[in-house]
Amino acid sequence: MSDGILRLENLRVESISGLVLVDNISLELQRGEVLGLIGESGAGKSTIGLASMVYARAGCKITGGKVIIEDFSARDLSATGRRDLRGQKIAYIAQSAAASFNPAHRIIDQVTEMPIQHGLMARAPARTWAVDLFRQLDLPDPGRFGQKYPHQVSGGQLQRAMVAMAISCRPDILVFDEPTTALDVTTQIEVLALIKRLIREHNTAALYISHDLAVVAQVADRIMVLRGGKLIEQGTSAQILLRPSDPYTTALVSERKAADRLSVDSSAPRGKEVLGVKNATGAYGKFVAVNDVTLSVSRGETVAVVGESGSGKSSLARLIVGLLPAKSGSVTFAGETLPPALKERSRDNLRRIQLIYQQPDVALNPRQTIGEIVGRPVKFYFNRPPKEVKRRVAELLTQVGLPEDYAGRLSTALSGGQKQRIAIARALAAEPDLIICDEPTSALDQLVADDVLKLLKRLQDELGVAYLFITHDLGIVRRLAHRTAVMLRGKIVDEGPTAKIFAPPFHPYTQNLLMSVPEMRVDWLTNILDARAKLVDKA
Amino acid sequence: MRLFGHRPTVLAWIGILIVSAFIAVAILAPWIAPYSESESVSETWADMSTQYPLGTDNIGRDILSRLIFGARMTIGIALATTLLSFTIGTTLGFAAAAFGRAVDQILSRIVDVVLSVPVLVWALILLQGANGSIVALVLTLAGLDSTRVFRLARAVATNLVAMDFVEVARLRGEGLGWIMFREILPNALPPMITEFGLRFCFNFLFLASLSFLGFGIQPPFADWGSMVRESGGGINQGVVAALWPALAIALMTIGVNLIVDWVLSINARPSGASAEL
Repeated sequence: MSDGILRLENLRVESISGLVLVDNISLELQRGEVLGLIGESGAGKSTIGLASMVYARAGCKITGGKVIIEDFSARDLSATGRRDLRGQKIAYIAQSAAASFNPAHRIIDQVTEMPIQHGLMARAPARTWAVDLFRQLDLPDPGRFGQKYPHQVSGGQLQRAMVAMAISCRPDILVFDEPTTALDVTTQIEVLALIKRLIREHNTAALYISHDLAVVAQVADRIMVLRGGKLIEQGTSAQILLRPSDPYTTALVSERKAADRLSVDSSAPRGKEVLGVKNATGAYGKFVAVNDVTLSVSRGETVAVVGESGSGKSSLARLIVGLLPAKSGSVTFAGETLPPALKERSRDNLRRIQLIYQQPDVALNPRQTIGEIVGRPVKFYFNRPPKEVKRRVAELLTQVGLPEDYAGRLSTALSGGQKQRIAIARALAAEPDLIICDEPTSALDQLVADDVLKLLKRLQDELGVAYLFITHDLGIVRRLAHRTAVMLRGKIVDEGPTAKIFAPPFHPYTQNLLMSVPEMRVDWLTNILDARAKLVDKA
Repeated sequence: MRLFGHRPTVLAWIGILIVSAFIAVAILAPWIAPYSESESVSETWADMSTQYPLGTDNIGRDILSRLIFGARMTIGIALATTLLSFTIGTTLGFAAAAFGRAVDQILSRIVDVVLSVPVLVWALILLQGANGSIVALVLTLAGLDSTRVFRLARAVATNLVAMDFVEVARLRGEGLGWIMFREILPNALPPMITEFGLRFCFNFLFLASLSFLGFGIQPPFADWGSMVRESGGGINQGVVAALWPALAIALMTIGVNLIVDWVLSINARPSGASAEL
């Protein structure tokens, strides 16, 4: 055997009810090497990551195989032995830093907790070491950064603070579980660069878990593709990206590549205006979320609103539907000016704008059947008799690609993609002129999201409905949008036909956004960082 | 066997058995009670005998018969009170959550005022002029109890109102009635049902203590609380008459609690009652 620092042999993890979550997985990791684990939700990525620390979530159990760290079998360790192992030998960086920090304690106390608790350092040297780590991680004002509470720093900074916490005991192995998924693209790039540098400088081994192939390819030397707890394929990052051999991997790669190309002809003349927003401003108390926004959507057209979190995209949607009444400016619909507040709008005006939400789980009432959910708008807006409502529900379900007999089921029995189809069917039931889609695919797995996008596109071709598509994913914009509006701090900074927005000359912010989206090349991150360094040199 | 899609535990079965037995007794009282509840049939404090299985009370009424009729009064009033209190409390609680800030503030502050004085004191004040009217008794108890129900209903509904599916209904233009009873209520049912069991027990015991103080059910009607009071004096002379109604109160409370515990354990499972484990 070679001198691997972490070895999993025929690992098997099961839930208490007997479901096999990880099935016969073996892997080996050398010092200084990064192994990427990729797959959709439920593939067992996180379970493997946790199992390599000999830990299983509540309700799960490691039922077979070996976890070998350096030379000893970690599964044979006592509880104390495992406790010493975690943190000192192997550490875990979770997806949501916000959920991993205790909001009631200062950051430095949480970062130094592990070395102090493990008895590796006294309080004072641990603090000095933490400040040193903050400096290494490029955190602003490292001397005082630790005195802040988690809510006082940005998401990207908190994610870096969590990296500091994980490496505070100088572990040999790091497990990164989707460390950049919750971050904006421009922040993601910083954190990715830092993770890469850190692994090189400390010569640690790492498992990098992600659902995004392009991201994994930037940091990992080798990639394992997982599905349903089983290994589908493994190889070097370049192999997986360029010559995937398994059909599932091929589908993942080609879907991801489709997002890099423009696929909507945005040169055709625009139809009659459906929605017109003019100089609209909306605020929550004193905070202005939507600032002097002007935007129009025509019949049968898709207008994408892109921006990072907090840019005011969702607030714009709320302003249009009347949940956030506009303080000034106007919203016109098919030539008619809408009252700012929801309560004053007529039933027909409400019917003609429908909304699709990001989280289909909470957008569907879990105690109503699919038939009730989809049938209600038909009854409510068109007052059809029960028989006709039933017929219409069946028709709508077929239209969104679901079997008619789903009408009797509860939505809780469906998968995420199916739930989103139900939400689409409900929106269509109102026969709207405009559907506002608020990140409708960002909670879905890649291939499922792909199907939902195709469905939306097909429905637009068939019904001529217009979409206002709110998203942070530029790949979706390229594939769906005729026109694009880029939002930054409540304002639209760039607007026009998608082809024009995505071609030079760029607006500086749009360019920054575009450059930050990981591409399906192994050397993308390195190239981008070099390009940036050159820019800095010039300046 | 499964109830509401879940298999009751052994303890839950015991609870179900106790409660249904008492309810059966309450319904069938006129047919199974050997004597009338108000008639003196023997000398006072008669011992247990085949003629009077549990003996007689301080004015010679058959204790078993009074216990059987008392089940009717006690359980009936507690049930009516709890139902009424839930109707008031749930409606107002949902309204406070769904109507917006002003309504919420007004209702919540009124409830705070009611809650700041012990219920027993309120009940004694409100029942001063009631002259033993059962309707007044039920209304008073339900009104006081509904403040507790209101707090729970409001808390549960506040969480639900923030859900996207409620927003969808609002955007559709649905009225508040639909939002409260079709969108929120079905999702609030599990915790509300559990609370119903607990409040029922509480009302039942509260009624017993009111009767014990002489403010509850008035003679000649039997109820378990006043039976304890009337026969309490006998304890000094070694008569166990007061223990029977006390035992009935204890049994009924335990039975309801066993069922409530079971319902609670269903809801405590991950992602609520709908979780398939």
